[in-house]
Amino acid sequence: MNINLTLIAQLISFAIFVWFCRKYIWPPIVNAMAEREQQIANGLQAAERASADLEDAKAQIAAELEDAKQQAAQIIEQANKRGSQIVEDAKEQAVAEGQRLKEAAKSDIEQEVNRAKEQLRSQVATLALAGAEKVLQASIDESAHRGIVDKLASSL
Amino acid sequence: MAGANQTPAEYISHHLVNLTYGKLPAGYERVDAEGHSHVLEQATWTIAHGSQEAADMGFMAIHLDTMGWSIALGVLFCWSFARVAKNVTAGVPTGFQNFVEMIVGFIDDNVKSVFHHNNPWIAPLGLTIFVWVFLQNLMDLIPVDWIPWLAMQMGVDYMKVVPSTDVNATAGMAIGVFILILYYSIKQKGVGGFAAELAFQPLPKWAMPFNLFLELVGLVAKPISLALRLFGNLYAGEMVFILIAVLSNVGLWIVLSFGLHFVWAVFHVLIITLQAFIFAILTVVYLAMAYDHH
Repeated sequence: MNINLTLIAQLISFAIFVWFCRKYIWPPIVNAMAEREQQIANGLQAAERASADLEDAKAQIAAELEDAKQQAAQIIEQANKRGSQIVEDAKEQAVAEGQRLKEAAKSDIEQEVNRAKEQLRSQVATLALAGAEKVLQASIDESAHRGIVDKLASSL
Repeated sequence: MAGANQTPAEYISHHLVNLTYGKLPAGYERVDAEGHSHVLEQATWTIAHGSQEAADMGFMAIHLDTMGWSIALGVLFCWSFARVAKNVTAGVPTGFQNFVEMIVGFIDDNVKSVFHHNNPWIAPLGLTIFVWVFLQNLMDLIPVDWIPWLAMQMGVDYMKVVPSTDVNATAGMAIGVFILILYYSIKQKGVGGFAAELAFQPLPKWAMPFNLFLELVGLVAKPISLALRLFGNLYAGEMVFILIAVLSNVGLWIVLSFGLHFVWAVFHVLIITLQAFIFAILTVVYLAMAYDHH
């Protein structure tokens, strides 16, 4: 157990090794470890966020699906309503058209009747005149007695 | 065994001598292996033959084996860790980087739990002490005769391969720690504050001499206990290995010797790790105390 210069030499080499470790070993390793720690923390956080996002997306999908269903139901309902409306309208129109046609036919018939009456009247007058002419022979002045006969015809 | 015709006592004491290079004074009488003696005409730097010469060299001597091994192990530490530090990646760590990061993380956690101030030197200091002292202690697990025998074949008479069984090595580190304790105490508290801490507690001011005595003993005990705890544990462990090796030279005992060697080595794995950790963590604790105001 001799105490000698070894003591000093060991002290110096100790100092050098500590300095070397402080300068070249410790900082890069610790930095890398801290960086990795950060990366892992970030990764975990991202995973958490992603799963939260997934939940959100799922909820959104469900909501949108519900919305779409509602809209579809609404559209179908509207279509149904519109369909029955159209049928209703068509019925009404058909009825109106029928009515109109009936009216038109009626007035046509009336017109036709009137026209026939008119024709008949004029022919009656002519016939009456011809008959009267035959009866009276030339004693009647056509131009003088035409008015009387026409009056007679119109009263038929 | 290192020498064929040694008595157990010779064998043991041979194992406890460092390879010493130092200065022998003028007029010193050296005795060589054949028993011839000659007197040195002037002071000479030389390698000591035997423990007596090593002791006679006094302070002006250096243990080549202690320094060689401890520097080699320190360089091994720096080289291997620096190689990792150079190629370190924040991605997936592989192989040796895993191992290094495990040690660095272990030291970092311990330092953070003990030392609450901001000083970028403390953790690297702890790491250096832990790994370096561990490597020095690890040399104890190499069977006691292998390297000395190899050295003997190469003409080197003495070879103590475990630097931490040399009190110079442990005290050298402990003194380094002590210097840091004094430096940071004064830096944090000022000379006056540090002196006041030594003089004015635990008792009131009127008991200053007593306080000073108590606190100075406490202060000096820190490096001494650091140095002697490590030295004592490893020296004792090495001694047990040597004694077990002595057994193996005595006929039938060789089987028992193997068994004992294995058992003691397994137990020693715990001791060398624990002692390295204790040295490192106590250093950090002492420096934390240097920072704290009492």
